[in-house]
Amino acid sequence: MKMMKLTYLLAFALAVTLADTGCKNHRPVKVTQIPGRSSMVGEPGVGGTMNVGETGGGSTASLTDFEGMAADHTALAAYTAYFAYDSAAVRKSEGSKIQAVASALNSDSSAKLLIEGNCDERGTEEYNRALGERRALALRQALAKAGVDPMRIRTISYGKDKPVDPANNEAAWAKNRRGDFVLLHPKSGS
Amino acid sequence: MKNNHLNFLRTGLACLLAAGALNLSRGQDEIQVQKQINVLGQTKPILVSLDGFSGEVADVLKFDLYVQGFSFVVPDAAQYQISGTSAGSVQGRVVDRFAKSTILSRSYTGTSLRRQAHAFADDIVQAITGKKGIAQTKIAFKAQSSTGNGEIYVADFDGYNKQSITHDDTIVAAPAWVPGRLAIYYTSYKRGNPDIFYHNLSTGQRRVVAGYSGLNTSAAVSPDGSKVAMILSKSGSPNVWVCNADGTDLKRLTTSSEDSSPCWSPDGQWICFATKIADRRVLAKVPAGGGAMQRIPTPGAPNPTEPDWSPDGKWIAFTSQTGEFDICVLPANGGTPTVLVAGEDSSWSPNSRTLIFTRRAGGRRVLSVLDVFTKQVKDIAQISGSDSQPAWAR
Repeated sequence: MKMMKLTYLLAFALAVTLADTGCKNHRPVKVTQIPGRSSMVGEPGVGGTMNVGETGGGSTASLTDFEGMAADHTALAAYTAYFAYDSAAVRKSEGSKIQAVASALNSDSSAKLLIEGNCDERGTEEYNRALGERRALALRQALAKAGVDPMRIRTISYGKDKPVDPANNEAAWAKNRRGDFVLLHPKSGS
Repeated sequence: MKNNHLNFLRTGLACLLAAGALNLSRGQDEIQVQKQINVLGQTKPILVSLDGFSGEVADVLKFDLYVQGFSFVVPDAAQYQISGTSAGSVQGRVVDRFAKSTILSRSYTGTSLRRQAHAFADDIVQAITGKKGIAQTKIAFKAQSSTGNGEIYVADFDGYNKQSITHDDTIVAAPAWVPGRLAIYYTSYKRGNPDIFYHNLSTGQRRVVAGYSGLNTSAAVSPDGSKVAMILSKSGSPNVWVCNADGTDLKRLTTSSEDSSPCWSPDGQWICFATKIADRRVLAKVPAGGGAMQRIPTPGAPNPTEPDWSPDGKWIAFTSQTGEFDICVLPANGGTPTVLVAGEDSSWSPNSRTLIFTRRAGGRRVLSVLDVFTKQVKDIAQISGSDSQPAWAR
């Protein structure tokens, strides 16, 4: 009974939500636009903010501190760090890259950093989404050791959704197991 | 010994795990008891014949019945003879050839021949097995283009009548239904970060329930719809957290460093997830209200991820990785998992008999449905792109 009821409900609501949009235009008219992160600050029952002072040395920085910054994807592109299969350990071979990124941040106190964690295609999607985050967090930790304030660094995981090489071989996988460094500048005039 | 086995059969034991332990006499008795013996991956299909239907109705009936453990033979070899017509509307009947009786006879009306055929398929399954069928159920999934961006879709379980419920052209992930409700949680990168959204499909309204710094993903809704388990990295590592349906009362449940993919036990008491203990990837469970983590052994099935607890509480399906991926099913109270087919990221049907999962086909990913007892499997309808992360509405 319950299942049948749900089915009817589903059919009905999908019809309500979607039918009035017509066949050609699949965009439902009723989808609520999601506000930007800043407008959600202080809204009850909604995520989007966190206390910067939250306990735990590993605490991540507040996303609102990074709002409105301009992303420079090329400045640190030479320092992309690579990982072993199914590992989030920062390899010794990547040490000089960490130092170079740390130098760039230390020479410009207004700059911040976004670390993008990525995975090869071997691994289920949500496992890889967590693995990509662990890679980005490990690089953040390594930069903290190199003297960068971790509150200047935010992380994002793309899991296996953003491979640089979509091929299905070891050479491609090695290129995809990576952490990209994106330099963030305050937008001029702000 | 034989008497013991027959007692098992008479009491209708649904699942007999000792594969091959039965040695039944051949002939009519064997066929008649088949529906009562379900062994993961080893159950023989129920033999039916199908006559009088054409076109879409015949296709729908064949698909719906095949993926629920039926196999098609000529009328003289069938235990159940299914016949009828699809001219104008669907009319059908089912005759039990051995009992020599008609167990179903019905005419269908409704929006389309396709819907009528699904309704008939559900009636066939109910009449023959006594169990509720899956022919009129819905799924949600992620459809991805070559850019990596995608949308969340809702469709009939066979992939037809699919509708995009997001239109953000961004990375999306991990749709999860609210049980018995027209609402879905999913991950979207729309705001430049993987955040968890709640989306009411009746009103189209949606909002962020977890938008913390770092990873917010893998939402799983409790059976009563009141709580959401998820993976957040806001404390410095990906861990299992739980909150109210609206995002309030957030609580961290695990402190291990490599957690992913939570799911709920149907009694709402446990949250099962993938983690790493002593340098090995394992499944574990933690009390939903907080408490000590317990390992769930999966002997013979290494590197388990993406668990999903069956709605009847009996099984945990998961993905094992040995190089390639396999769909495995483990008795929820412990035991040895059965490796069923190649694939990943499975989700249980509401009747706990069928799984929908992702299969890699060349450079694409397609969705496939699997009858866990007969191991009969078929891809659902797909037009282009890659479909993955299916979630069965239940």
